[in-house]
Parts: sequence; structure tokens; C-alpha cells
Amino acid sequence: MSIDTDDPTVAAAPDPEPDNSLGGIFRAYLAKLRGGEVGSLPAVLGLIALVVVFSSLRPEQFTNSFNFANLIGQSAGVTVLAMGLVFVLLLGEIDLSAGFAGGTCAGVLGVFLTRQEWPLIPALLAALLTGALIGLLIGLLVARLGIPSFVVTLAAFLGLQGVLLTMIGEGGTIPIRNDFINGLNNANLPVWLGWALGLLCIVGYAASTYITDARRRAKNLTVQPLLLWALKTGLLTVVVVAVVGYLSVERSRNPALTSLKGVPVSLVVIVGLLILLTFTLTRTAWGRHVYAVGGNAEAARRAGINVFRVRLSCFILCSTMAAVAGIMIASRTNSVNPNTGGETTLLYAVGAAVIGGTSLFGGKGRVIDAVIGGTVVAVIDNGMGLLDQPQGTVWMVTGLVLLVAASVDALSRRRASATGHV
Amino acid sequence: MSPLLELHGVEKSFGAVQVLRGVDLSVQAGRVTALVGDNGAGKSTLVKGMAGIHLFDAGDYLFEGEPVKVTNPKDAAALGIEVVYQDLALCDNLDVVHNMFLGREMKRLRLVDEDTMEQRARETLDGLSVRTLKSVRTPVASLSGGQRQTVAIARAVLWNSKLVILDEPTAALGVAQTEQVLRLVRRLADRGLGVLLISHNLNDVFEVADDIAVLYLGGMVGQIDAASTTRERVVQAITTGVVPEGGAA
Repeated sequence: MSIDTDDPTVAAAPDPEPDNSLGGIFRAYLAKLRGGEVGSLPAVLGLIALVVVFSSLRPEQFTNSFNFANLIGQSAGVTVLAMGLVFVLLLGEIDLSAGFAGGTCAGVLGVFLTRQEWPLIPALLAALLTGALIGLLIGLLVARLGIPSFVVTLAAFLGLQGVLLTMIGEGGTIPIRNDFINGLNNANLPVWLGWALGLLCIVGYAASTYITDARRRAKNLTVQPLLLWALKTGLLTVVVVAVVGYLSVERSRNPALTSLKGVPVSLVVIVGLLILLTFTLTRTAWGRHVYAVGGNAEAARRAGINVFRVRLSCFILCSTMAAVAGIMIASRTNSVNPNTGGETTLLYAVGAAVIGGTSLFGGKGRVIDAVIGGTVVAVIDNGMGLLDQPQGTVWMVTGLVLLVAASVDALSRRRASATGHV
Repeated sequence: MSPLLELHGVEKSFGAVQVLRGVDLSVQAGRVTALVGDNGAGKSTLVKGMAGIHLFDAGDYLFEGEPVKVTNPKDAAALGIEVVYQDLALCDNLDVVHNMFLGREMKRLRLVDEDTMEQRARETLDGLSVRTLKSVRTPVASLSGGQRQTVAIARAVLWNSKLVILDEPTAALGVAQTEQVLRLVRRLADRGLGVLLISHNLNDVFEVADDIAVLYLGGMVGQIDAASTTRERVVQAITTGVVPEGGAA
């Protein structure tokens, strides 16, 4: 083996025996951080800091399990919206209309379900299809005509706001009386089912990653140390047990009247979408192509990737996810009004994706970023509310956090290119 | 032995401007053919025509002795012709394996087959005796210029290609990295591939090339055997369009 004099910063992988001890793993992680690959770490640290601050200031109200479950329900709409936005942000594009696209789809659901008295499934499909159609239209305008996505989606934002208002009527509200829809963001799983699903997550993750690692180790390919696998699995186990355990506690103020316990259905929706979308993005060729187009569209084109189709599909996916988000928001309030998906919904969702570590420059981001960032945004909103802070202060703090997150992105990017020896 | 690639009397005009006037070129398997010429001599146009990006207006295009029609980059790739462009066309945010298989991912059960891709990437790099890349899972953003060039070249030979066209591969590199890339270019030819090297740098050309083809104002001055000529003669051919006596092959 000749000695490499070319680039000393490239992380060592299989050739020389990698350092698989705890210290070695820690040092490798530090090296990654120094190289500018910070991932979701700032968001996670920020989340911990926020939770500590709010818990110490309002120990009674913030940390009780009622508020914890409440927080998940509050954040569900924004988080789901942010998950869809990640795909558009990965391309280096933006979708400002996603919030009202969600509202419009929820409006469609309300019109068919309540006013037309359609059965659930066709009404639900109509809502999702509306989302896909909005995405198709935006995608065609951006990817085919080459209009900047900022302008197209700004126009769609204004237009869809009007569509929603016209559909529902000035000052009107469409109530939703379907138990399934209302249950999505209000009901809880039975305690046993929450534990069963939590256990399934842990075992599923542990087994699938272990089998993959073992196969790769047998083929002598790059693989994470066994200890790192154990650490990750352990961390996941702790988080899942803590969350499910806390949510399984009785949180009703008057348990004799109504019992409130178990994992909220909204959390299952979020985790389910997280797993599905992460799998699509990391394991399919389409997912690789999304990253490629976001990283270097010209290189992707020359490599034979259909850049147009990739762009179009991301916009369709984003708006379809917006439809799901709109339904989650409508479910929360059991109704649709002309402001569903409006106000700060979209801005919080973009903020959530960026705070979680998705880059606005494209090519960098994961679906879980949206979940972590969405939680940060929800904790600020919820915690500041408990501190009896006026809405003005809440928005100022949220803005500040978003600014810090965007700065971290820009700085780590600079760091990455500075250490890149280009 | 018949040449791997032959062009006869190739012409190309853009509107009223005739860029290529009856160019002849032949590239042999197992040899490095350098294509030199001053700015505007038509090097890029010639390469783009061979790669199927432009269509030649007239002339014969023979590959492995057979006349072929190359009307788009896919045709060229199907014949086994790969071009490494000057900007390399790599995605910084993806790792070495994903860049090498970009757009041609291997699949198993409709999912990306990371294991096989990584194995084949490693084999290809080992086959080219590349030792400067420690991990094929490093993102390209953190690689040096020479390592990026290596990845781009390795991508070109991954698909059992027969002819690799390199556009100014050393233009942006330092001395040590230029040396590495030139050694890699030499190894490609030693493995039996045809290599067409476009370069401005006569040091590089004389270090690695077997043949030197000189373009002058859209015409082929001549294809010279590198061993039997000198730098002065080549410079004269590039600047005046005339091969000095005793230099032509």
C-alpha cells in the first residue's frame, strides 16, 4: 500500500484498520463536524436548550404529559408540510403556496365530505388528488417554462388563498363530522398498541441495520463500527421508550369523566410518513436523482437523468404532502375555514425544514430534518404561550431561531468548501 | 490493425463560419493520441461531434472499422465512447460511488443496489491502481482537484468503454496532481483503451502521448508520432499550420 500524500483530510475508511473504540467513533464524529457536516446537531441542541428553559420556567405546565401530547398535535400540520417541502428545497427551489395548497385540499375534503355527503374514501382521494394537481401545475410552470419557483408559488399562494375563500365563503366554516378525519389529529391509540408500534420501530431498526451491516462486513465494504450501531440503537430505544412511556400516562384532568392516554394518532402519521419518505429518498434511484439535480443539475442532465421529470415529481410530492398537512390541520379543529393553512403555517414549515438542517441552496437535507425542526418550532410556540408572552414576542423569538439556523447552514457550507481542498 | 476510431474529411459549419474543414483523425486502441491546437482551431467542435453533441455536416465516422451514426450522446455511450469534460460534471453533494453510477444506478428489487455499486467502484479504482482515494464513500466536495479528475475518469471506464476522450484533464491541477492524472491516463492506454487527450500543455502531451494530432484553423495539419518529433516542431505546426520536414507520420 503506497502512502497517501494527496489529501490527509479524507476520513479513513476500511484500508487501515478503522478505530472502532468509543473514542475513535467520537473523534470521527468531531472530524465530521469540523468539516462542516453538522446535520441536525444544532437543531437537537437547540431543542434540548429550549426544553430545559421552558421546563425550569414553567415546570408544572410545560412538562406535564397533557402538554406534551398537545404539542405533538399542534405541530403535526407544520411538520407534515415541512416533510413535503424538503423535496422542493433539495432541488434548491421553494414552494410558498404549500400552506394554502393544504388549506385548499382540506376545503375540497370539507366540501365533498360535509356538503356533498360523499363517503370518506372518495372525498379523501379527491383532496389528495387536488394536491397532486396543484403540484403538477406548479411543477410544469417551473420545470418546463423555467419561471422561478419563487414567483410561480407566490402567485399560487395568492390564487389558492382566493380559491379557498371562494369555496368556503366569506367568514364561513365547514365543519367536519367524520370520526376518522377528526381522529387523525385528536384520537389516541390504545396504550398496548402504542407500545407494540414503539417496539416494532426499535426491533425493525435494529434488525434491518444489523443485517445490512453484517452483509456489508462480509463483503468487505464500508460499514459503521458495531459499537456505533449499538449506540444508535440504544439511543433510539431510550427515545422511543421515553416518548411512548410518557404518552401512556393518564393525562386527563378528570380521569373519571374521560380517560386520555396513549400515543396520539398524529404521531403515528408523522412517523409513518417519515419512514416511507426517508426510504424513498435514500434507497430508490429517484431519490438519488433528487440529490443529484439539487447538487449539480447540469451534471445530472449529462449523466442522462431526466431533470424535468425529477423536478416535476418533487413539486407534485410537495403539494400532495401539503394536502395531508391540510387534512391534519382540519382534523385538529374539526373544521375548515378560509384561514386553514394560512397565517404562519407555511413560514413555520419552511423554517422547520431549515432549522432541522435542510439547506436552502439545495442538495442537502433529510426528511427527519423536518420532524426535528417542526418540533423546535412547536416547542417555541407552545412554551412561549405558557410563559404568557404576547404573540409579538413569540414571532420575534421564532424569527431569531430561524436566523440562527440559516446562519449555521451558511457557515457550515463555507466550512465544508474551505476544507474541501478544491 | 485498423484504428479504433477514424474520421475522414469531417466538416462542420455554424452558419457562415466553417469550423472544421475536412479533418482526418485516427485513434488506435492502446495508444494515447493527443489533440493539440491553438484557441479556435476547432478542438472542442471536433470532440463534441465525436461525442454526438453536434452533428458533423459531412465526412465519414468509423468506429472499429465500421461506419457509424452518432447523433446524440447516448449513441456515443452505446459504442463505448465516454467523454470526461473539463468541468468534470460531478455532484459535490454525492459520494464517489454515487457519482460514478450517476444516472446508471444498479438496482436490485427496484432499489438501489449499494453493495454491488460500491464493490464495482472499488474494483474499477483498484484496476486503475488508484491509491489516492481512501474511501469511496467520501462526498466529492471534500476531494482535491486531482482526486475529482480521478473519479471522473474512473466513471468513464466503469462501463467497459473502449475510447475515453479527456478534455483538458490537467488544466486546473498542481504539479503533483497533474503527474498522478497523467499516470492514470497512461494506464488507461496500457489496459488497451483508446485515449484522446485534448491539451494545451505540451509538457503533458510529450510526457504521455504516443501520437500528436495538430489542428490549425479547422484543418488537420497532421498526425505525428510523438517519439520522432520535438517540441519545437509541434509548436511550429500549431502556430503556422505546417509540419516541418521529417515530422509527419
